Amino acid sequence: MTAAPIAAYILVSAVLFAIGGIGVLVRRSPLAMLMSVEVMWNAANLAFVAFARQHGSLDGHIFAFLVITVAAAEVAIGLAIIVLIFRKRATVDVDDIRALRG
Amino acid sequence: MSLLFIVAAFIAVAGAAGVVLAKSPVHSVLALVVNFIALAVLFLSLQAEFMAVIQLIIYAGAVMVLFLFVIALLTARKELPTSPQKWLKNQEVLGAALGLGLMAVLGTVALAGRGAAAEVPADFGSVVAFGRSLLTTNVFVFELTAFVLLVAVIGVVILVGRREA
Repeated sequence: MTAAPIAAYILVSAVLFAIGGIGVLVRRSPLAMLMSVEVMWNAANLAFVAFARQHGSLDGHIFAFLVITVAAAEVAIGLAIIVLIFRKRATVDVDDIRALRG
Repeated sequence: MSLLFIVAAFIAVAGAAGVVLAKSPVHSVLALVVNFIALAVLFLSLQAEFMAVIQLIIYAGAVMVLFLFVIALLTARKELPTSPQKWLKNQEVLGAALGLGLMAVLGTVALAGRGAAAEVPADFGSVVAFGRSLLTTNVFVFELTAFVLLVAVIGVVILVGRREA
């Protein structure tokens, strides 16, 4: 027996995912955007773990483990890129980073 | 629905909102730590003991230290300077409206769920059960995580490790 119905966990996961999405769309500092992406990763993880509990299978845990690893790699490389950009220019704003635009 | 779940879920949502709303990046990081700890509690209530532990060690520990180091390295000021010129008018309003729409859709889908938790053995989600699954059935995932971390290490060293060209 879990502390709440599985649907309640999925609802929390959905709300967290949407809040993270709002953060990515609204904030213009790449640091804040990266942190909002972290919130979205974690919302997905919560859904994985909740469904793993619903089906009594550990596969959801395995995938959440993979997600955590990929998120750690993404943070390391993302922060390295932010440090590089900050060395080149005074402001860190995603609107200014257009070097790859065709 | 137990009090534990309500409190943990509320703290998780409040932490996520704090990440988005906080002006200073340090405050965002602290709100993110609160969010991660609340999620670890939710994982524990789902009998995902190992996931709760690595949530605390990797996220609340390692990833957050990385964020704090970069913030300390980049700026001692309160807020990172952003460009005064905006390329999209009413960006905040548009983004928030889209996000709230996404929340409505996902919430409707979540509330439609009718699944009940299965009966699971007592050691479900323990380190032993997780390790046995990871190193036998899902050993490819184990190899894949090693490869992903190797790529991350090499990428970071190539990006910021070299002397100024």
